[in-house]
Amino acid sequence: MSDPILDEIQKVIRENKVAVFMKGTPDMPRCGFSAGVVDILRKHHVPFAAVDILPDPRYRQVLSAYSSWPTIPQVFIDGKLIGGCDIVREMDAKGALKPLLDAASKA
Amino acid sequence: MAALSVAQEDLQMPTPVQVETLIAAALPGARIEVRDTTGTGDHFQAIVVAEQFRGKTLVEQHRMVYAPLRDLMATNEIHALSLKTSAPEP
Repeated sequence: MSDPILDEIQKVIRENKVAVFMKGTPDMPRCGFSAGVVDILRKHHVPFAAVDILPDPRYRQVLSAYSSWPTIPQVFIDGKLIGGCDIVREMDAKGALKPLLDAASKA
Repeated sequence: MAALSVAQEDLQMPTPVQVETLIAAALPGARIEVRDTTGTGDHFQAIVVAEQFRGKTLVEQHRMVYAPLRDLMATNEIHALSLKTSAPEP
């Protein structure tokens, strides 16, 4: 039997070049790490889909099991987990994030 | 009273040393530095330099650190773990 939450997670990742699972919303993040990735994505002016995982406690469990990643936020580019706030910050600082975002937005 | 103190003991937040010990067991030989960033025992920052990371992506490296901490993170005893990982300079 398919799980509607898992179906939704996979759909969001599949249908959006850049997808973020976060605590709160981009305009009202509920966690500093989630706010951090939103700031970086906005800085690069890329459109992204954001899903607030807080309203349903099962969402985080299903997402973490699917992605093998225990923490929130989680950033996916072109269907692939790029990482959480630390990795996104580190890649951005090294200039490695922009090319990925550019490639995703062109594809 | 005795039972209560045992229960409180069980609920104690992990210390940086405990977090470091768990990571060290999973990544023998790694250089590990763990800090409690808020002093509340649930927000940690870890710097891990391990030969085992060589050739791995950052996502893979972080997963290797998360693995031994999975139980503590799933129960939210560790609420946040900020990671910086790398392989040692050759």
